[in-house]
Amino acid sequence: MTASIVSLKGVNKSFGPIDVLHDINLEVRAGEVLCLLGDNGAGKSTLIRLLSGVHQPTSGEILMDGAPVRLTTPREAADRGIATVHQFGGTFPLMSIGRSFFVGVEPTKGWGPFKVFDRKFANEVAVKAVQSFGITRITDGDRLVGGLSGGERQSLAIARAVHFGARVLILDEPTAALGVKQAAHVLRIVNEAKRRGLAVVFITHQVMHAMAVGDHFAVLIRGAVASDFRKGEKTREEITDLMAGGETMATLEASIEGYMASHDGHPPSPAH
Amino acid sequence: MTDPNPRMSLGALLRRPETGSFLGLAAVFVFFWIFGGSNFASPNGAASWLNVAASLGIIAIPIGLLMIAGELDISIGSMVPAGSMTCAIISGHFGLPIVVGIGAALALGAMVGLINGLLVVKTAVPSFIVTLGTLFAVAGLLLGLAVIITGTTSVKLQAGPEAKLLLGHFIGGVFQVTIFWWIAAAAFWAFVLHYSKYGNWILAMGGDKVSARNAGIPTDRVTIILFMCSGMSAAFVGLSQAILYNSAQVSAGQSYIFNAIISVVVGGVLLTGGYGSIFGIVLGTLTFAIVNQGIYYTGFDANWASLIIGILLLVAVLMNNTFRKMALSYAPKKKGAKA
Repeated sequence: MTASIVSLKGVNKSFGPIDVLHDINLEVRAGEVLCLLGDNGAGKSTLIRLLSGVHQPTSGEILMDGAPVRLTTPREAADRGIATVHQFGGTFPLMSIGRSFFVGVEPTKGWGPFKVFDRKFANEVAVKAVQSFGITRITDGDRLVGGLSGGERQSLAIARAVHFGARVLILDEPTAALGVKQAAHVLRIVNEAKRRGLAVVFITHQVMHAMAVGDHFAVLIRGAVASDFRKGEKTREEITDLMAGGETMATLEASIEGYMASHDGHPPSPAH
Repeated sequence: MTDPNPRMSLGALLRRPETGSFLGLAAVFVFFWIFGGSNFASPNGAASWLNVAASLGIIAIPIGLLMIAGELDISIGSMVPAGSMTCAIISGHFGLPIVVGIGAALALGAMVGLINGLLVVKTAVPSFIVTLGTLFAVAGLLLGLAVIITGTTSVKLQAGPEAKLLLGHFIGGVFQVTIFWWIAAAAFWAFVLHYSKYGNWILAMGGDKVSARNAGIPTDRVTIILFMCSGMSAAFVGLSQAILYNSAQVSAGQSYIFNAIISVVVGGVLLTGGYGSIFGIVLGTLTFAIVNQGIYYTGFDANWASLIIGILLLVAVLMNNTFRKMALSYAPKKKGAKA
C-alpha cells in the first residue's frame, strides 16, 4: 500500500451553530480512487471545499505527505497539486479549447512587449493532452469549449489538471449530469488518471459508478463517516443501504408502499 | 458534394464574433448609399460619419473590453466633458502650456477609473451601479468647480499649432485627425485582446471570474486597469474635442454612454461577458455612425434615425446570438470524409 498524499485527521467543520462535519478521518493515496458516497446534504460538498481550499476546518488538521498544511485559498491548494474539477468541467464555454486549457499560464512567443499568445502550440498541447486520455474525437484546438459534450468537457478539465502537475484530483459528481455512454467515458478517464499514479477523490451518489472505479469507499451520513471500507468488502446492496441513511432499502421501499396505499397513491407534497 | 475546403473557410468566417456586425454594416451602408445618393459616399459624406465614429470608437473599444471582462462603465458620460473642461480650464483659463492641460485631463480620467475599479473590486457592487454613482458625482463636481473657478460653464481654449495638428486638425479640410487615433487605438487593443496573453485573461474573466482567479489571473488588477483605460480614453476624446472646437462645455457627453454600448453590442460583444472582438466593435461603431449621420443624406426626416438604430440594435443582438450558437455547435468534419 502506498503512502497517503492527503489525509484528514479529526476534522470538524461548523458554520456558526451548524455542525456540518464531525471528526472526519480519511486518507487519499497515490494511484487509488477514494469514492466519497453520501446522500444530498451529507457533507460531501463541504468536505471537498476543505480539500480545495475554499473553507478551512474549524478543528482538526489536513496533512499532505505527512506534514500539516493550511489550505487558505483555492490557489494554494492548486499550487500544492490538489485540482478540483466541477460537475460541468470547463467553465469558459465561449473560449477555445487551446485558450481555456492555458488560462493563467499562457504560452507566448516573440520578444519584449510584442510577446504573442502561441495559439498553435497551445492548441497542439491541449489536443494532445485530451487525446492521451482516449478522447480522440477532439482534434481542433480552436473549437469552443461550450460546443463539447459533457463527458468531453470533464475529460478536458481532467487532462488540464494532470498536465499542470496535479497529484490529487477531486472530481465533484462528474457523472451526475451525464448519460450512460458519457459516464462510461469519464469513468475510463478516472481509471487512466489512477493508472498514472494520481490520487483521485471521486464524489458521487451513484453506487454503480463508484463500484466501477473505486478502491476505497467512505460513506458520509449527516456529516460523519458512517463507513470506511475497501473494494470487495461490501456488496452493492449494502452500500446503497448505507447511503440511504443506515435504513435498509427494503424497509424504505416498504414504508413508501405503505404511504402510497394509505394516501390513495398521491405522493407526499415536497418538503420545501 | 462540394470540395470541403471552401466550405470550411466560409464556416470559419461565419463563426467569428464579428460576422453579424459585418453583415449589419454592409446592409446599412448599402441602404444609405441607395437612399442617400452620391453625397453619402463622397469624401465630405464619408468624413461626416467617420468623424463621429472616430471619437465614439476610441471610447467604445475600452467599454467593449470591460463588457468582455464582465463589467460596464457608464461614467464615461461625465468623463468626456470632464476631460475637455480640465484641459480648457488649465490651458485656456489659466493659460498654462497645453501639455499640462492634456496631462491633467488624462490623469483625471485615470483617477476616476481607479476609483471605479477599486470600488467594483473591493465592494463587489455591480459596476453599473458604481459607475452610475461616479457618473453623477463627476458631473456635479465638474459643474460646481467650473462655476467656482471660471464663473461660467463654458471655457475657451486656444491651443498652439502643434497640439492642433496632433489633436484638432482636419485632414483635407474634412477628416478629423482623431480618425488616426482611433485606428491606432484599435490596432493596440486588437493586439492586447487577440494576440497577447492579457487578452486571454480578459476573456477568461468574463467567462467565469472565480475560476479565472483560481487559475492565477490577477483579476482585481486587470479590472482596475481596464477601468482606468476607459476613463483615460473618455478624457482623451474630451480634450481632443476641446482642442478641435476651441472651447469646452460642462454638459457634452451623456450621449456617449448609450452610443458606446450600442456600438459594442452591435459589434458582437456578449453582454454577459466572455465573448467579443475588437474588429467587431470597430464595425459596430461604424454602423452606428452611418445610421446616425447617413439619415441627413436621405430625404427622410432625421427623427427616424433613432427608430433605425433601435431596430438595428435588436436585429444585431438576435443575429449575434445565432452566430454564437453556430460557433458553439461547430465540430470539424472527420478528415477524408466527404462533407
